[in-house]
Amino acid sequence: MLELKNLSFQVETENGKKDILKNINLTLNDNELVVITGPNGSGKSTLAKIIMGIEKQTSGQILFNGIDISDYSITERARLGFGFALQQPVRFKGITVKDLIMLASQNKELTVDKACAYLSEVGLCANEYINREVNASLSGGELKRIEIATVLARQTALSIFDEPEAGIDLWSFNNLIDVFQRIHDKHEGSILIISHQERILNVADRIIVVAGGEVQSSGTHEEIMPELMRRADGCGCSLKRGKK
Amino acid sequence: MMDQNEKNILKIVADMDEVPTGTAYNIRSNCGCSGRNSTENIKIENKTDKPGIDIIVKPGTKNEVVMIPVVITESGVEDLVYNDFFIGEDTDITIIAGCGIHNCGDNKSQHDGIHTFYLKKNARVKYIEKHYGEADGRGENVLNPVTVINMDEDSYMEMDTVQIKGVDSTTRDTQATLKDNATLIVKEKLLTDGVQYAKTDFVINLDGENCSTHVVSRSVAKGESKQYFVSNVIGNNKCMGHTECDAIIMDNAIVHAKPEIVANHIDASLIHEAAIGKIAGEQIMKLMTLGLTEEEAQQQIVNGFLK
Repeated sequence: MLELKNLSFQVETENGKKDILKNINLTLNDNELVVITGPNGSGKSTLAKIIMGIEKQTSGQILFNGIDISDYSITERARLGFGFALQQPVRFKGITVKDLIMLASQNKELTVDKACAYLSEVGLCANEYINREVNASLSGGELKRIEIATVLARQTALSIFDEPEAGIDLWSFNNLIDVFQRIHDKHEGSILIISHQERILNVADRIIVVAGGEVQSSGTHEEIMPELMRRADGCGCSLKRGKK
Repeated sequence: MMDQNEKNILKIVADMDEVPTGTAYNIRSNCGCSGRNSTENIKIENKTDKPGIDIIVKPGTKNEVVMIPVVITESGVEDLVYNDFFIGEDTDITIIAGCGIHNCGDNKSQHDGIHTFYLKKNARVKYIEKHYGEADGRGENVLNPVTVINMDEDSYMEMDTVQIKGVDSTTRDTQATLKDNATLIVKEKLLTDGVQYAKTDFVINLDGENCSTHVVSRSVAKGESKQYFVSNVIGNNKCMGHTECDAIIMDNAIVHAKPEIVANHIDASLIHEAAIGKIAGEQIMKLMTLGLTEEEAQQQIVNGFLK
């Protein structure tokens, strides 16, 4: 469904042009759960942002269900069925959690009960949060869970999560893994997760390792994990071990 | 008999669909009184020395509402009115004011409402004021409200004041004096666009022991509009005061914010905050990932901010 062809991204620096992503080629199939992992600074988050249209590739093509969406705006991609959970969510003065979930769902009929159900899924007590403003009174972890709830509410064909584990507690993290698995089991869309977390890697259909702006390897959990674990043990790679 | 324009304005500024029954009210329309009702506990009387009314609330009155909207639907009107509110001891009431102008011509229409409140001991008031303007021609809509609040011991007042849109020029002047244990909460919301001008000026004197105030102004300045926010909280006793101005600036608008606090007592605890900024790019981007266009995202952020 999603196909990246020769995708590259460069930035201007004081020392000239720097390659952040180099000729990325990859495909994400319908209802597939793919985790992109790799060291810090390898270009994973940039890749996710390019897929959502937040950053624009320097060259290459993005195809979605056969349509070239390389020049589509964020809005156009969102309307095609892309959802995106930011690594560092944004605060809004005056906009409540309920407002945000209602906007995300684009369903005027969405009941408060259903909106609350999305919050419960990410481990938040719905009654406590539904009418709160998405402002500075919320902690980073609370904000992160609300961000993930907005993507769940969208029920999109492709949901992208940029480091969903960052900033959330262990209890919510367990719920989060369940949420990913539930979406996956119900075939409710494809999921692309940027993560360093071993437990998230464990639920992936496919793991893609990005390093130095390039796809280094791609394969199933069984194919990729041994190599990743060797690197983690050997050279202090950023892979985070989680309790099973 | 009210025409459609008057009815529309009443709906916007006072949420009145029809003339209320059993409630105290006074509707001022084009410089005259077009309807009034007093109740057993709330009397509304004409002033004898100048234009305006006295609203007298009996001690002990609880859970009653008084509505005093002003409607102007003519062009070239200059309306000056003095309304005094005498709120008796141990009361708990809601006052819905507000002024709307539908300027049908090319001349300036202006309403200057001078509202003076006298809250007796343990009185509790929620005061809601909405300002709105619309025009068929090029005539300016001008609203200059003055609010003077005198609060006796243990009294509480919450003032929600909103300028919805369409007011070309406004100077909003609020002065308050608080005695022991009195509390004043002010929430102001303002939107200006085009070449509109808004100045808002608060002076709060915290005279009594353990009195407190919390003044919060949120505004959005669009187009070429100009806003000036001045707030001065003066602590003359053991007291708490907080004043905050938070503005979103858009297009080529200009916003000045000058929060000031003065402590004349060792136990006066005073805070001021002011922030002016454009809508953050990340906020727009986040809403775009939910399927909104850039313009829709901006509108949503502004609506939320002023909600």
